[in-house]
Amino acid sequence: MGGHLNINHLLFLGHGALWTIGLSLIALGGGGVAGFVIALARVSSLKSVRLLSAIYVQLIQGTPLLVILFLGYFGLAAVGFQLSPLAAAGASLTLYVAAYLGEIWRGCIESVPKPQWEAAEGLALSRTQRMMKVILPQAIRIATPPTVGFMVQIIKNTSLASVVGFVELMRSGQIVNNSLFEPFAIYAIIAVVYFAMCYPISLYSQRLERRMGRGKFNLAPA
Amino acid sequence: MQQDIPSASIVSLRDVQKSFGSLKVLDGVSFTVERGEVLAIIGRSGSGKSTALRCIDRFERVDHGEIIVCGHRVDSPDVNLRALRQDVGIVFQSYNLFPHLTIEQNITLAPCSVKRMALSQAKDLARKVLAQVGLEEKLHAYPEQLSGGQQQRAAIARSLAMQPKVMLFDEVTSALDPELTVEVQKVIERLAADGMTMVMVTHEMGFAKSIADRIVFMHRGKVHETGPASILTSPTTPELAQFVGTADLKS
Repeated sequence: MGGHLNINHLLFLGHGALWTIGLSLIALGGGGVAGFVIALARVSSLKSVRLLSAIYVQLIQGTPLLVILFLGYFGLAAVGFQLSPLAAAGASLTLYVAAYLGEIWRGCIESVPKPQWEAAEGLALSRTQRMMKVILPQAIRIATPPTVGFMVQIIKNTSLASVVGFVELMRSGQIVNNSLFEPFAIYAIIAVVYFAMCYPISLYSQRLERRMGRGKFNLAPA
Repeated sequence: MQQDIPSASIVSLRDVQKSFGSLKVLDGVSFTVERGEVLAIIGRSGSGKSTALRCIDRFERVDHGEIIVCGHRVDSPDVNLRALRQDVGIVFQSYNLFPHLTIEQNITLAPCSVKRMALSQAKDLARKVLAQVGLEEKLHAYPEQLSGGQQQRAAIARSLAMQPKVMLFDEVTSALDPELTVEVQKVIERLAADGMTMVMVTHEMGFAKSIADRIVFMHRGKVHETGPASILTSPTTPELAQFVGTADLKS
């Protein structure tokens, strides 16, 4: 049944690949903003804020993304909040990415040497000024390679959105396979497309890491 | 509340105690620093001298005792830290310039952010304080492009730009080789000559002798001996005699 792989199938897969990229960007954008808030909360001077954000991170990191997706799509629907597959996938990935990026960035903020905080404190800068003008600019440099590296995880994890019926690359592969029954060929194509998206980002992350490793701060003179 | 402190004292510590865990680092430390005075705190590693200095700027909280700095009750839990730190400048052993900012930006950051100074005015100030430490030409350099001695001088300039009433120096030449040590010491000598009130923790006995109006020798968390710089040549306690002796042998 089904016939052979043709241009329409490939276009369909291409469309799915675009949604994989789209969903990745949604996850990175939403998770990035929320993750930034989490990172700041994790180093807050208020103990309750630190505790709440730590609980959030532990909860999300201790839960499979698949379960979060099921909760967001099937779970919420059962209690009366029917989300579209895109909204459910976007929200679940945002929650997931926020916890991981928040943790990565907390580490980056804390890896700025403590004397930098003290020097800023000694100059009478307020806590917000110390964070915005002294610590974050340095933390962002440290954070760039691991953040780019984490993008690869996000792209690969969007494939889980296929289970809630969101037609990204993986789901479009399943749909094509349902009509062609050539799982090896089709899933090999899917794998190659994922690899083609992820590998350049991995390479770029490694290059950033090497560049950062050479000198702590390679800034051109103003 | 405390009227018994002489009004001229810029810094005054009375019976200050501080423990880290079970280790008593400061065990009843008292001393005062008058306006325009240069006080050098000397002593072995672990004698509590750096901790005493850091208490003045409230980088360490004391367990007991009273610290008054430029009228601020530093030992009080509701001391205005930002007001205190506008009056007190501190320079560290490891310079701690901000690596992502040029020397000029390092210097203008606090005046612009804390004192709301206009940027153009702050830039003039940066040039002025850099001239004071002999580094005008490094205005647009980044810290990593400077030698250790130059970085430390830039850090002093950054502190000066806030026009502090007292400056604290925490072993500022300990990370420098002898040649660079001298260039930083010259800058500090010039500040002393200009009448800046200073408290410095130092291992350089020769420098302490030449610049300090008064010496505080700390030993086991206590002020063991204090007096004019001449106590370094004629110590009255065996501990100071031994410390000065071994310090001489080292240099």
